[in-house]
Amino acid sequence: MLTRLAPENEAELTDLLERCHAAARDNSVPGKDSLPEGFSGTIGHFPVYFPEEIAHAGGLLPVNILGGGNKLELKHADARMGSFVCSICRSTTELGLNGTLQDLTGFVTHPICDAAKHLAGIWSRNLPEQLAQILYLPQNVNSRGATRYIAAEYQRLRADLERKVGHVISDEALRRSIRIYNENRRLLRELYAIRRDEPWKVSCAESYLLMRAGTRMPREEHNAILDQAIDLIRHRSLPAQDKPRVVFLGGFCEQPPLEMLETIDDACFVVDDDLLVGLRWFTQDVPESGDPVWALAESFVERSAASPVQHDERKTKEGYLMEMMRSSKADAAILTAAKFCEPGLDEQLAWSKHLDQAGIQYLVLEFEEKMTSFEQMAMQVETFAESLLFALA
Amino acid sequence: MTTEILEAAPAGTVAAADFDPRVEGQRLIKDWYAGLAEAPRRGQHVANVFVMGNAVEILRAFDFQLVFPEINSLQTGVRKASGEYIRLSEDYGMSPDVCSYVKADVGLMLKENEHPVGRIPKAHLAIASNMCSTFIKWAEIWERWLKVPTFVLDLPGQRATNWRVRPGDAQHAADSRWVEAQFRDLIEKCEKITGKRFDIDRLAEVEERVNQMVFHWNNVMALNRMCPAPYNAMLDGLTYIGIMNVYRGAPEGVEFMRRLERQLKAKVARGEGRVAEERFRLLFSGTPCYVSMRRLVELFETWGGVFAYSDYLTFAAGGMDAGELVYDTSRPLESLAEITALAAQRGLSNQFFAHERLEQQIRDYAVDGIVFHGIKSCRFVSSGMADTRDYLNKRLAVPSLYIESDLIDPRYWSDAQIKNRVDAFFEALNQRGVPPPGDRKTIAAEAGRAA
Repeated sequence: MLTRLAPENEAELTDLLERCHAAARDNSVPGKDSLPEGFSGTIGHFPVYFPEEIAHAGGLLPVNILGGGNKLELKHADARMGSFVCSICRSTTELGLNGTLQDLTGFVTHPICDAAKHLAGIWSRNLPEQLAQILYLPQNVNSRGATRYIAAEYQRLRADLERKVGHVISDEALRRSIRIYNENRRLLRELYAIRRDEPWKVSCAESYLLMRAGTRMPREEHNAILDQAIDLIRHRSLPAQDKPRVVFLGGFCEQPPLEMLETIDDACFVVDDDLLVGLRWFTQDVPESGDPVWALAESFVERSAASPVQHDERKTKEGYLMEMMRSSKADAAILTAAKFCEPGLDEQLAWSKHLDQAGIQYLVLEFEEKMTSFEQMAMQVETFAESLLFALA
Repeated sequence: MTTEILEAAPAGTVAAADFDPRVEGQRLIKDWYAGLAEAPRRGQHVANVFVMGNAVEILRAFDFQLVFPEINSLQTGVRKASGEYIRLSEDYGMSPDVCSYVKADVGLMLKENEHPVGRIPKAHLAIASNMCSTFIKWAEIWERWLKVPTFVLDLPGQRATNWRVRPGDAQHAADSRWVEAQFRDLIEKCEKITGKRFDIDRLAEVEERVNQMVFHWNNVMALNRMCPAPYNAMLDGLTYIGIMNVYRGAPEGVEFMRRLERQLKAKVARGEGRVAEERFRLLFSGTPCYVSMRRLVELFETWGGVFAYSDYLTFAAGGMDAGELVYDTSRPLESLAEITALAAQRGLSNQFFAHERLEQQIRDYAVDGIVFHGIKSCRFVSSGMADTRDYLNKRLAVPSLYIESDLIDPRYWSDAQIKNRVDAFFEALNQRGVPPPGDRKTIAAEAGRAA
């Protein structure tokens, strides 16, 4: 993490980042007695995207379940999932089985991959008291009727959550949540704009920590943190360093260890990435008037980002990589994939072949959330950065 | 399980026609491959489809020749050639940890479509459903490499455990509406590609043939509730499933299924089983290892174990045996959407809540044990398998065996290790004891009638 901050802001920003880091290390969810004011329970959801506004409006705190990181020891999940399943699915199962997530009101997963879909079955067999389900977000957003279908699926979810909390989730409550989340997405866009325009002011790891904090606290609170942090970051007076500008891909689901991001930060400016892309899924504001469920559904179709696990005829995987590189003025790409992540591994190959053809340099890395040794990776990244600097000189 | 035996039990006088399902099945598959090789010369349009969620009925109405890339890949395994295709794709850069069917297909592309059985034509259209997430990534490879237009068919699946959607209820209506909207888009796409107008009467004809095939298929499945089981679900069943997919909605498919049912009924009437002495009835969960398909069955049959059923025969046959799945040919398109939505939830995506289906099948087929076959490169089949096994062990106390290999990657078949595990499983079954053959016959027959 960067430490050379302007003196007047250093302590405040460091304190904020430390709070975010502590939140990232904590896999537990608040129990009934420790819920933030205004919330009566928690809804855990798996990456990539989940319409948190619906849960938030119902007074259920949305918690993005992001696996167990590299401090969790698997004691149960190894016997319940094959050795060829990715780490995030295995550690999520572990957190379910070891009691860490026992206070969730419900757990929702998505059709992003088959291992993720199986989590709903595992949850229903082992934690039957929780609402466990698959939210069938469509893989065809190009057919007429997609918005209508998504709206129906959201209404189904809304009704399930209403039964769980025992009261109606009103349209007005939903519009209020949409406003709060729009503000959150606006702040994240601002944070990423700084990464793009003045990358020396905020590292990828710092940005990640600030963003990740929002995955387990009310968005109102997260907005206040982001607002404060962005102001402090803008006033940082750090000199620009001689580092290559790269984009980072492959962090859309399983989380790369923080140490890995710091390793890359040491040698490169990461000017854009797909880390926690679900939090930034909407590229523009969701309409704040009219039918709020329709507004969320329509935004999924018309105002959404891209990822390896969402098919959309309008956004080829190579296309959005190139657009990401163009808009962030990146010199090169770091193409990562989580071990055993089928969509990630497929995409990594497609991207690398495309960059070969385009004559753009890239580095291929494979990671696991549970990895703890980064020396070899650091050497790879340093060599890559040096070769880039040499080529760019 | 809601399959029904829709006709009267076979009379003892019913003769087995001179019909050998294995020989006839092989002939039909050979004819299909010959048809594929001929398609470009005939100017026929070609579509790549998968076995789960494929809108074959619409494609047949447009006279598409159908390519099943999964079947191409498994055939490389059956013909002991998969290692070469997989190696080619890994040399190209594909990860060892992704689906071996996909890798065999990429190997096929790298060999310019030269398959052990002949040349596979390039597709004009590909349909990939979301029932297996890998289908979509696979189709994206064709889009990228071969510029094949792809239609992703999104089928809303089973959302949660105890999911009870019935035809006509609000949930089913919403899901069907979405599927129908996609079918209308697909029809437009097919019209553009083929230059033909959509003929709804043709669709109704195809659906009528699918109805007949499913009728016979369900009866064939139910016949294996008899003791002794007339066929092995993981050997003979693989031939049946191949025909069910490749000839779905075709006259040859109807005829095969009709004759198959008659032949099996005659076998049942004679009291003839797949193995000379059926000692253990088993349920197989997962897919076969096609490079060692016969060996796998042999390991069990030498102990008198026969696979009376496999969930593979449900999800890899389109999920049509899940009950109430009959097309209303008076309203072909709407009915296609309604049945497709139901099949997706009752016969395909219920794999993610597999304990429910297996619990029922254990009872329906009166099995003595379950064999779980974890597939290294197939997350659809395998990710929840060990947990499902644990759940069923605790609730039903049915003995189970877990073995692991792959679909077609020969590197993951460890014969000695698997044999040891199979032998230990049967020794445990032997110690546990099984009901005498007479009792088993009654139990199984009653299960069949009660369904």
